[in-house]
Amino acid sequence: MLEIKNLHAHVGDDETEILRGVNLTVKPGEVHAIMGPNGSGKSTLSYILAGKDDYEVTEGDILFNGESMLEMEPDERAAAGLFLAFQYPIEIPGVATMTFLKTALNAQRKARGEGELSTPEFMKKVKEKAAELNITMDMLKRPLNVGFSGGEKKRSEILQMSLLEPKLCIMDETDSGLDIDALKIVADGVNRLRSPDRAMVVITHYQRLLDHIVPDVVHVLSRGRIVKTGGKELALELEKNGYADYVGQAA
Amino acid sequence: MPAVQETIDRVRSIDVDQYKYGFVTEIESDKAPKGLNEDVIRFISEKKGEPEWMLEWRLEAYRRWLTMTEPTWARVSYPKIEFNELYYYSAPKNTPGPKSLDEVDPELLETYEKLGIPLREQEILAGVAPENRVAVDAVFDSVSVVTTFKEELKKAGVIFCSISEALREYPDLVRKYLGSVVPVSDNFYATLNSAVFSDGSFVYVPEGVRCPMELSTYFRINEQNTGQFERTLIIADKGAYVSYLEGCTAPQRDENQLHAAVVELIAHDDAEIKYSTVQNWYPGDKNGKGGIYNFVTKRGDCRGKNSKISWTQVETGSAITWKYPSCILRGDNSRGEFYSIAVSNGHQQIDSGTKMIHLGKNTSSRIISKGISAGKSENTYRGLVSAHRKATNARNFTQCDSLLIGQDCGAHTVPYMESKNSTAVFEHEATTSKISDDQMFYCQQRGLSEEEAVALIVNGFVKDVIQQLPMEFAVEAQKLISISLEGSVG
Ligand SMILES: Nc1ncnc2c1ncn2[C@@H]1O[C@H](COP(=O)(O)OP(=O)(O)O)[C@@H](O)[C@H]1O
Ligand SMILES: [Mg+2]
Repeated sequence: MLEIKNLHAHVGDDETEILRGVNLTVKPGEVHAIMGPNGSGKSTLSYILAGKDDYEVTEGDILFNGESMLEMEPDERAAAGLFLAFQYPIEIPGVATMTFLKTALNAQRKARGEGELSTPEFMKKVKEKAAELNITMDMLKRPLNVGFSGGEKKRSEILQMSLLEPKLCIMDETDSGLDIDALKIVADGVNRLRSPDRAMVVITHYQRLLDHIVPDVVHVLSRGRIVKTGGKELALELEKNGYADYVGQAA
Repeated sequence: MPAVQETIDRVRSIDVDQYKYGFVTEIESDKAPKGLNEDVIRFISEKKGEPEWMLEWRLEAYRRWLTMTEPTWARVSYPKIEFNELYYYSAPKNTPGPKSLDEVDPELLETYEKLGIPLREQEILAGVAPENRVAVDAVFDSVSVVTTFKEELKKAGVIFCSISEALREYPDLVRKYLGSVVPVSDNFYATLNSAVFSDGSFVYVPEGVRCPMELSTYFRINEQNTGQFERTLIIADKGAYVSYLEGCTAPQRDENQLHAAVVELIAHDDAEIKYSTVQNWYPGDKNGKGGIYNFVTKRGDCRGKNSKISWTQVETGSAITWKYPSCILRGDNSRGEFYSIAVSNGHQQIDSGTKMIHLGKNTSSRIISKGISAGKSENTYRGLVSAHRKATNARNFTQCDSLLIGQDCGAHTVPYMESKNSTAVFEHEATTSKISDDQMFYCQQRGLSEEEAVALIVNGFVKDVIQQLPMEFAVEAQKLISISLEGSVG
């Protein structure tokens, strides 16, 4: 589903390479975890996958279902089925969360040539998914992410993800800022979305999220390269020994 | 022509004159000779069959106008207007239009298509007479709808007609109020309007009456064809309530380019007037050529105690907008409100705002202004809040927010505050923001195109004002704002 080949990239006018030859293949149904110390390039990788302006690929390619995504706009990638749950979700003042959800869903449906959902159909869907994530109707009336607590922001990201039903879910530090109860709710939400034709990339700094969302493959990203790949036990090892072993290797 | 028939014809002409044909082809019409002099004014007054005092009033205004000069303090620039090159009276004949749609500017047609104009008419028409929510054809062709509308108002004692008709049918009422809020000598454009105004609306809501429906210029739309100089007069007598919608939601070409309207509102004791405008005149082409110069004087007089006047405006059109809907808070405990969205794109120039003049005790006012600038446009909020010596406990809250889209536009806030009473409390908050790249990326990541993302963020920005609009206008206003901002990103 996702193939990242020898990806090199930098941000803005600063020529310093942040990704220095990333290789990664994710198949449908798989859950991959990307772990790594702060500043290793995890968020940069997620932004590049989603197509953020200013993040420039200088070498390599990203294939999504066999086709290069590099020329696609962020909204085209979204419509094709790529979803990024942000580490820091952005505030949209004055726009009710509900309105945002509906606009996003219908924009994607339109781009795929599907009809818009009727309001009752949409409401039914939202209510169901919101309840699963412990999100109240009241919260959905509030402007998106404005004044949301850390936990509310992350749950709202997962709500969007489950509503949009993407093919590839990328989650950037979805566990940060969550207490254990909230972590459980979020992880359950993510697990419900696991399916044989959907792939997931879970980016995290800590192992604890992976107790709840158990990955098939774990990668260690350090200084812009994947320096080690293993099974879920790799995460436990990292938890015990820290990243020190890998930081040196990547130089 | 019987009144009912006349109204039906007008409603029909909405479609034909206004939205498909009227703006490109010179309408065959009954015109006064070009230029302005006393004979032209006599011609206008005679054509309208006005009483003698009205002619004198106009002539006096004209003589006054000759001594005045155009104001230059606003942050707008445009070539000098040759007032003697304009036509001051033109009544359209009923044979408008090019032979086929091919003669119409395709860009304009496209805009109309996006707007879904015929649909909108349906909504408005259905909205005006809520008990008659019928399809558009039925509305246009049905006498009964129009009759119901007229009769219901009549039953309530509400007068709603053109100002020309009012001058003939209710001369004493008009004479009593006309020019009592915006005096003949008020300003250059208002004085010109007083001399040559062609038509406009007249509303009188008698004591204790709550007007049973929203009144809308959609029923009086031909005014916008006949004259660039509209004159509107609305009076709410003691305890009365009226909500008035002024819609100019179709972009229009106008050979004369200049619109100088005057609107006067009078609210007596315990009365309330709500005046909403959605303005979308032709803004000019992408190089800044053409477009309407909109120089408008709108003022409300809260004449009685506990009276209230509320202005809500959505300004998306015109090449130049010079407009300051204001409230004179004369009655004790009276309240004035101004809610505004001003969107400028391309080469548009907007200088707009309000004046809240606190004269009575315990008067309060609230100003919420949302300016959005894109393209190479300039958008200025200009406001005055003043408390006079006797305005004990005057209160004002002003919030001015500007949103910039792109690098080449400007937003300016010019608030003036004057207080001669130490108990007055004025609060002012202002913000300027940009749509951030992060917001755009976030929305696009969720599947919104650039334009959809801008529209969504902008609609969030203007929400507080949109909420003040009657429902059927709110939806349209949001759509209009999105359309006006198309092409502003990327
Ligand atoms: N906008 C930017 N401009 C310049 N450098 C950046 C920018 N964003 C991130 N970086 C740098 O790229 C590196 C990787 O950052 P990031 O991808 O956020 O790491 P992680 O998510 O793994 O903590 C860091 O050295 C950071 O300073
Ligand atoms: Mg990060």
